[in-house]
Amino acid sequence: MESFCNQASGKMTRRLWAGLALFVLMLSGCATGPNANPRDPLEPFNRGMYQFNDAVDRAVVKPVATVYRDVLPSPVRTGVTNFFANLQDVWSFVNNSLQLKGEAAGNSLVRFGVNTVFGLGGVLDIASEMQIERHTEDFGQTLGYWGVGAGPYLVLPLLGPSTVRDTAALPLDVQGNLVSGVNDVPARNSLTVLNLLNQRARLLDASKMLEQVALDSYTFTRDAFLQSRLNAVYDGYPPDDGEPFEPTEENPVEPTFESNGL
Amino acid sequence: MNRRFLNQWLWAVTASLFMSVSGHAADEAPDALIGRLTRESLDIIQADKALQAGDVSRIIEVVDEKIMPHLNFQRMTASAVGPGWRQATPEQRKRLEAEFKTLLVRTYAGAMSQAKNLSFSVKPLRAAPDDKEVIVRTLIIGRGDPVQLDYRLEKTPGVGAGWKVYNLNVLGVWLVETYRSQFAQEINAKGIDGLIATLTERNKANATANAKSAKG
Repeated sequence: MESFCNQASGKMTRRLWAGLALFVLMLSGCATGPNANPRDPLEPFNRGMYQFNDAVDRAVVKPVATVYRDVLPSPVRTGVTNFFANLQDVWSFVNNSLQLKGEAAGNSLVRFGVNTVFGLGGVLDIASEMQIERHTEDFGQTLGYWGVGAGPYLVLPLLGPSTVRDTAALPLDVQGNLVSGVNDVPARNSLTVLNLLNQRARLLDASKMLEQVALDSYTFTRDAFLQSRLNAVYDGYPPDDGEPFEPTEENPVEPTFESNGL
Repeated sequence: MNRRFLNQWLWAVTASLFMSVSGHAADEAPDALIGRLTRESLDIIQADKALQAGDVSRIIEVVDEKIMPHLNFQRMTASAVGPGWRQATPEQRKRLEAEFKTLLVRTYAGAMSQAKNLSFSVKPLRAAPDDKEVIVRTLIIGRGDPVQLDYRLEKTPGVGAGWKVYNLNVLGVWLVETYRSQFAQEINAKGIDGLIATLTERNKANATANAKSAKG
């Protein structure tokens, strides 16, 4: 951890690490509930953070994102999405290389070149039309690829669902984003806000759906997030543990679960 | 030139007729079945304005006619309910299945309007010929990045098309697994009847919310 700090220089990274250290200290003080999910030992803390994020979202982020969506025509918003996705392809190139995925790394690099040169700096996604596949990879996925487990589920302030591993990878992911290389502070901040706002706007329909489909939106989000991260680490082919529980008429015996005394 | 086209066309029509007949007579391969169902579903949505508008009664009609025969929905529900399923009476099980189905159908009704002009591909099947359960993987291609859509199927020799879907995966997230903890939470707190009540309430609330947004 120490050497990571020194390698990834920059004030921002160091500040993020300091914040994280404080954060982990706070966490260790958290109690664990009696019905804790093994993948979510920090549930009481996480639920609190989830509620906090949700309140901020309802009060500020969602209304602003809705205005953003209603004001800007769809092609403009697609352009914004493409622009930031194009920058992300560079970081995907690095992480695909770190995972020794030659073809995916090559595709990421070619995508960035094609879209930057022929796609007006990434606003148009020419590479996708040329059928050059996108392979999004971040540093959390690289750690996962090399065998680092996800660790407990963690809800970050404002940033939302994560895991301990992905949180540890976050400072590097921030550093790897080309936006953080912009020296002009107001420009960099504006770009970051635009990126986050655009991402939230794209999720407006999904979050409306979540309200309808989930019995408990915290649990739904957690279980969906952890699965999708595992899926991302294994590029769509996570280890198949089969169906753990199959209580059917024909197969009423279920040895792995204890009766919970209902 | 014309004649060749006519010949090709006739061949295609004959082949498709033959396939639709044989499809019902013999068991299909699981990936062929998923490919056929996906194509049929996309065609139906493409042609049906009511479906695109998210008309729930029409969607339920199509789901019952086209989709349900190929699902083992009881297994899906049982698996999502988990250990509690064994304690449930037949009546409770029926209610759970019905309410769970309504919840899912209503939810996906909202996504129908975005299901226009889509294409898809079925990935090569990784399975042994004698496998009783397989995963069929597909990609739905529209605007933006392709969407991963996978299915778990069980062999049902002689029943339906020979395979039934008992779980599906959207973007790496299995449907049944995503409900298992939520259902367990409800059952632990309020029992099976509590879960049924919660599902029923949620479906009623969704119905009114959708009716309101349709009017507005």
